[in-house]
Amino acid sequence: MQMITAQDMTALINKVKAKMDQVNDYTAEGKMKTDVAFIKAPIGRVKVFYKKPNLFKLQRDGGISILPKGGVTVNMRSIITTNDFMALDAGEQVLNAQKLRVVKLLPNADNSDVILTTMYIDEANLLVKKAVTTTRENGTYEMEMQYGKFAGYGLPDKVVFSFNTKDYKLPKGITLEFDDVDQETKNRMKGKKGRVEITYANYEINKGIHTSVFK
Amino acid sequence: MAIVSVQHLSKQFGSFSAVNDLSFTVEAGDVYGFLGQNGAGKSTTIRMLMTLIAPTAGSIKVFDMPLATHRKEILQQIGAVIEKPDVYKYLSAYDNLRLFARLSGLQLSRKQLMDQLEMVGLAERGYDTVRTFSQGMKQRLGIAIALVHNPQLIVLDEPTNGLDPQGIADIRNLILRLSREWKKTVIVSSHLLSEIEQIATRVLIIDKGKKIVEGSAADLFDPAQTLVELTTTDSSFAWNSLQQSQWAGVLKEQRGAQIILQLHRNDIPELHKALVQMQIGVISLQLKHSLEDYFLQVTAGKQHVDAFSN
Amino acid sequence: MWTLFQIELYKIFRRPRTYIAFAAITALIGVVQLGLKVDGKEYAEFVMADFNSSFAVDGNILNGYFICYVVLQLLLVHVPLLIALIAADMISGEANMGTLRVLMTKPISRWEFILAKFSASAVYTILLLIWVAIQALLLSMLIFGTDDMFIMKSSYAVVIKADDVFWRYAGAFCFAALAMTTVAALGFLLSLFADNSIGPIVATMSVIIVSTILSTMSIPLFNAIKPYLFTSHMITWKEFFDLKVNDMNEAIPGTIQNPQKLWNSAMVLMAHIIVFVGAAGIIFKRKDVLS
Repeated sequence: MQMITAQDMTALINKVKAKMDQVNDYTAEGKMKTDVAFIKAPIGRVKVFYKKPNLFKLQRDGGISILPKGGVTVNMRSIITTNDFMALDAGEQVLNAQKLRVVKLLPNADNSDVILTTMYIDEANLLVKKAVTTTRENGTYEMEMQYGKFAGYGLPDKVVFSFNTKDYKLPKGITLEFDDVDQETKNRMKGKKGRVEITYANYEINKGIHTSVFK
Repeated sequence: MAIVSVQHLSKQFGSFSAVNDLSFTVEAGDVYGFLGQNGAGKSTTIRMLMTLIAPTAGSIKVFDMPLATHRKEILQQIGAVIEKPDVYKYLSAYDNLRLFARLSGLQLSRKQLMDQLEMVGLAERGYDTVRTFSQGMKQRLGIAIALVHNPQLIVLDEPTNGLDPQGIADIRNLILRLSREWKKTVIVSSHLLSEIEQIATRVLIIDKGKKIVEGSAADLFDPAQTLVELTTTDSSFAWNSLQQSQWAGVLKEQRGAQIILQLHRNDIPELHKALVQMQIGVISLQLKHSLEDYFLQVTAGKQHVDAFSN
Repeated sequence: MWTLFQIELYKIFRRPRTYIAFAAITALIGVVQLGLKVDGKEYAEFVMADFNSSFAVDGNILNGYFICYVVLQLLLVHVPLLIALIAADMISGEANMGTLRVLMTKPISRWEFILAKFSASAVYTILLLIWVAIQALLLSMLIFGTDDMFIMKSSYAVVIKADDVFWRYAGAFCFAALAMTTVAALGFLLSLFADNSIGPIVATMSVIIVSTILSTMSIPLFNAIKPYLFTSHMITWKEFFDLKVNDMNEAIPGTIQNPQKLWNSAMVLMAHIIVFVGAAGIIFKRKDVLS
């Protein structure tokens, strides 16, 4: 069913996609910061691999990393590069003092995990600045992209991934901790969104990656 | 010189008075016999002397120094076996001796330690753990430990307890050697008069925590006061016969089947002849010191089987 | 005093009983390590069940650092028993053997005796913990390797960089040594009051078990007394494994979330040791040796 008032934005999306299509594959190194109220983690190093159309892998470079389940692997690029969606105009919005076109993408496939993706697109530069994805299984995720050197390929320097976190608590018997957490800590941990920030240092584009990397 | 001087010593355990106003003096060179029944207060007194127990009242001086203030210097010069000769059962005799020597501040060579064990006849078993030792061997090890630091004063609390007759004789000889050859002062306690009378130069008898008598063994064991306990086939016949003889004067009393006489030790062979002449059927003739009779009467208040049977 | 201390150590390490503790620790840690080697994944999943529903933890979680933490968590509840086995026997055992009587007729002051004996128990305690450290930390590092350390606290998870872990264990073991020395001091004090070692050992364990239960239960009535129970402070070693975060909620390596708490607990434990040993000295000074 198509909404009558909504303008079809497929043309815009295709332009964005065309820009992205210059990139067949890339690898990038970056630093990942996990910012979840109830997780205390240092900055970790990650390596990211991508290959058209929708192969994506985030690999930690040693150490232990904590990622929201399913989240980071929902890659904006993999949504956009599948042709099977409906793109609807949802007006304009100002984000960081920049006027952006809001586009809603609805996958046509019934069994898709993604129910809806809302994209905020810089029409002049054909860059996706923000994407909000609602999934069946893993809740709603928000991605914000900042571009720099690799804007020409539509590759961001920094991606901030936001998601809702449920409170979690462990039975004390397991941890053998006797004290209760003080109120200040409790407040700090309540109702905050979790964030994962990845800052990419350098991209290697179209050097060719073997599919086995993604296994 | 007074080695030990005890003045008005008392010890209360709650309402129980274990030692009550006890005073005595041990002179250098004494073998001081400390006699009393079990529970008379001997052990408590000795424990106070060894600083194991704090006195409730009174004072103890050893080597002319108050024990309360000169504990270390005094204990340096005392060797003791209190009650049982307890040592570390999981260690060998050698290791025990070395350990206790070090506690007295001595670093002895292997040879010195083995010599010490040799003296008490334990050299052969020196490296065996004490766990495997007999009571007598433990006692000898206990004595070796008491003597290892060459103390001036040796305190032996009931040293013959649990020993066989040979062991008892060994201890007696050892005490005599300590006194005569090595000129040590010895305090030895016992509940058996027979043990003390053979070795002591002075004797103290206590009962219920109080001094009964103290004196030189020579006085207390006066041969002129020897008691003889006569057991015959017919006690009344014997009593009557003796009553009518020249021996009437030495008759003391008839105690059941026994007749007690008091006479000089030297007169006993004559008594023997007379009994034969009077055709009295003698079963036994036993010597008792006047002290023993006294000891038993004052300390026991009843027939004390232990002392007589020895 | 030095001689006396040496003799006490000699006595401790000549007794077969002493080695029971070392053997028990070897066995306990070995069992935990074997279990985690074989079924570690399942254990990790069990502990992180709630967490795993929304997060994917990626990496070698079951590394030596984590294993050591698990072992310590389990073991430090049992080590007091092994400490009590020796410490609560220090005086009572001698009384039982009759050697206390012999010792006290030697030219040794009673305070020296108490301090030497307690120091020897403390050395035993520390050696036992060094043994735990070798087994639980070094051996686990060998078997399971090292990596970042991921631990779950009761209301948050902490990831510590691999190169930021070892010093925390050094600190934690020092703290544990202090905590276990407190147990030794308690056992030692109680060992004055009996002529057999069973009583003081059981009494020491009872005190620790009851206090630990009180420390664990979150009941308002008990919460009020918690700060005064030394068992509440015995587990503060875990503070070494909590980091400070900056304004960006980014863990800062090399920091401890609550160093003040560690310091306070250390002081409380130290005070307990002084009180226990001081009381032991004062009581023993006046005690009649009747054994």
